Amino acid sequence: MEATPNQRMIQHLFWRAGFGASPAEIQTAFSKIRTQLVKDLLHDSKEAEALEVVKNESNYTLKNAKRALKNTNSREEMREQFKEMAKERIQTIGSLNDVWVARMGQEKGVLREKMTLFWHNHFACRSRLANFVEQQNNTLRAYALGNFRDLLMAVSKDAAMLQFLNNQQNRKKSPNENFAREVMELFTLGRGNYTETDIKEAARAFTGWGFNLQGEFVFREIFHDDSPKTIFGKTGNFRGEDVIEMLLANPQTAQHIATKVYRFFVNERVNNDHVALMAKRFYRSNYDIADLMAFVFNADWFYNPANVGAQIKSPVELLAGYQRTLHMDFMDKAPVLYLQKALGQVLFNPPNVAGWPGGKTWIDSSSLLTRMQIPKLLFRNETLRLDVKDSGDANEEVIKRKKMFEVSMNWEAFAKPFEKVAEKDLPKTLASYLLQVPINDILLTKLEQQVTDKERVDKIKQLAVSFMSLPEYQVC
Amino acid sequence: MKRREFLRNSAFTTAGSMLIPQFLKAYERQHLGQQTLNEKIVVVIQLSGGNDGLNTVVPFRNDIYYRERPSIAIKRENVLKLNDDIGLNPALEKIKELYDNGLVSVINNVGYPNPDRSHFRSMDIWQTGSGSDQYLSSGWIGRYLDAQCKGGSCLPHQALEIDDTLSLALKGQQVNGLSLQNPEKLYTQTQNALVKNLTNIPPTDSHDSVTYLYKTLAETVSSAEYVHSKSKVTQSRMMYPTTELGKRLKTIAELITSGVSTSVYYVSLSGFDTHIRQNDQQDRLLRQYAEAVATFTEDLKANSRLDDVMIMTFSEFGRRVKQNASNGTDHGTANNVFLIGGPKRTRPVLNEAPNLSDLDNGDLKYQLDFRQIYTTLLDGWLKTDSKLILDKQFEPLSLF
Repeated sequence: MEATPNQRMIQHLFWRAGFGASPAEIQTAFSKIRTQLVKDLLHDSKEAEALEVVKNESNYTLKNAKRALKNTNSREEMREQFKEMAKERIQTIGSLNDVWVARMGQEKGVLREKMTLFWHNHFACRSRLANFVEQQNNTLRAYALGNFRDLLMAVSKDAAMLQFLNNQQNRKKSPNENFAREVMELFTLGRGNYTETDIKEAARAFTGWGFNLQGEFVFREIFHDDSPKTIFGKTGNFRGEDVIEMLLANPQTAQHIATKVYRFFVNERVNNDHVALMAKRFYRSNYDIADLMAFVFNADWFYNPANVGAQIKSPVELLAGYQRTLHMDFMDKAPVLYLQKALGQVLFNPPNVAGWPGGKTWIDSSSLLTRMQIPKLLFRNETLRLDVKDSGDANEEVIKRKKMFEVSMNWEAFAKPFEKVAEKDLPKTLASYLLQVPINDILLTKLEQQVTDKERVDKIKQLAVSFMSLPEYQVC
Repeated sequence: MKRREFLRNSAFTTAGSMLIPQFLKAYERQHLGQQTLNEKIVVVIQLSGGNDGLNTVVPFRNDIYYRERPSIAIKRENVLKLNDDIGLNPALEKIKELYDNGLVSVINNVGYPNPDRSHFRSMDIWQTGSGSDQYLSSGWIGRYLDAQCKGGSCLPHQALEIDDTLSLALKGQQVNGLSLQNPEKLYTQTQNALVKNLTNIPPTDSHDSVTYLYKTLAETVSSAEYVHSKSKVTQSRMMYPTTELGKRLKTIAELITSGVSTSVYYVSLSGFDTHIRQNDQQDRLLRQYAEAVATFTEDLKANSRLDDVMIMTFSEFGRRVKQNASNGTDHGTANNVFLIGGPKRTRPVLNEAPNLSDLDNGDLKYQLDFRQIYTTLLDGWLKTDSKLILDKQFEPLSLF
């Protein structure tokens, strides 16, 4: 059977507020009204559970490492050991990646994880230090549904970000404008809403903002420029905190964030009226993120057919989606990292501070053909002959090729919600749960004809693998 | 049969061409019919990891060079001298032969303002052709493809990356280049029952996203078929090195001599991030590079195509002047770029050797923006308008 409007609405909400849902979960939601579903999603994401992968953090701070090495070895050996440690840290970042993707595949707290992914793209950052990476990710998670003011302040004082945007080098005698520029251009106002003078002057206000080796924020007063600055036409002895307050006072910040939220959660193609409503609401609520998200998910326009199935899933959404929809687990981290590389999105490795451009840029000849092969790799033991590129960085975790993908998946459990579906309705019904857009009936018939298994569970498996191999499965 | 006629015929007699939607066929016919007279080709070789330029083109008269690199400097007597000041790393013997034949331009001190020492970011800058304060989501070759689109139709195979995945450099705003390890492999990938069904049956859904996915698939199938059918025309008779780069350049040579209508080819060679024991590793990689390029140029020459092909070799950055404590070098800034092939050079070296006594925090200062080289290739070689691709006019170089 084709999806009812209610089923379509539920699936749209689950895909956008999370990473999809299993047929069983979707059926459980049938009896609830929209506002209740949104309330449940927010309630379920109330607590922020931190990722804890970087064990025994002190091992990863350079200071301790240096101390441990100091007396023992020659310089040459010491460098070798540093090298080893760098590799270990990178591997730990790989484990963090794996744990986060697994977390996205869980039933609990999906909205918070989706928001964390959104903020990871908004506050795009790289660091070689695993403890810094984990700390930043947990900061994003902790404030993901809180107040944007707190989030912005926390990220601005975050060690990984201060390091990435060179604020450690931002000193009174030699100001570094990198952080001041990006905080305006990418994190708050957006291009064209500030002058070069604003950036220069704001950079001076951020002088002295730094971090220590434990990843804690430190304000180094001796490096701070305490003389008056003129920013956005106001003159005063501003410090970094003051600049952030000025940025938040400007409604353009609400407009910029609302636009990004719309492009990520609703549609790449922006509807200016809807964004204006969001921006107004966001500004008036004093930047309450949860309130903004509830507003979007409760809006009728959010469920407009133009928005359903309009987005191309990012590689990470695709991977998390397999887990969520099928209740499937990857047995080791290699395929998770390998597929991210093959498809062009590796968590914690955005291309630059502007984040992943998203949308159509996910798709090219190679990534599309690879996406269409994934279900067969996962469930038919087919192999993929595809080498992913080296980044060139000698320290990076090397995963050139991954042949076999081991996953755990219970097809009986997956098939259960379809028990009562009549044989002739099975393909269409299954398609309605797995795909957010309808497919051509001729194609459906062809795919049905290819099913060779007689057992219902096997039949469902075969059909599901076919549906998930379609271009239509790439959108949500 | 004339070449163009052959092109037109062969593109439509391949087995699977029945599967290509009519609208795409029309585009393709239009494109093939309008083959421009310019048949110049650019081959980009990307050295990933940051190749050490100072040990590639060695300033063998410079005392600072020998002082700062006591254990890794290339000995004066081993350098393959290009002029009184600079010479090539001995691993580049084959490149030296090409140089002696007037087929190499060595361009020193290439970089960009406010250099970034991160592999990712600096490669991002080189591949997108952006400034270091700009973030672009399309590559310079991708935008070259965009500029070649006619009447809404674009051809991915006008730019080919010989690899399994596609680099940002080849992603445009309207069209992406095509990546293939070899024509056979991509062709096989597009010849399964599912892909056949999908190219025959149009999507029911009309969202932009779905249309785009189907369009990409159709273009991929069509391009894969075209390249595959053409690739059978000529098989190289040269003995290429069995290295990865050797194989890839052989594929490119076969495609060029077969008359595939591709203007830009892209390949990468990785491993240049030499923080430790640099010399062995760089020597091995440069030798691989030189031997593969030498056979490639010989092959093209034997097929009378070397005049039409320009090979650009670059790396995302050079390395620091001073060596580190593990007989390696750390990330640096400006670097040299090679342009090999095309007409004979009258000025084989552009820019003097880097000034080692005028450094920026221990790093070389750039003299020439890498986008000037792109401009030279786009305007002077590929006869397109670089302003559309690089957003502004950079001063081209006079090479010949």
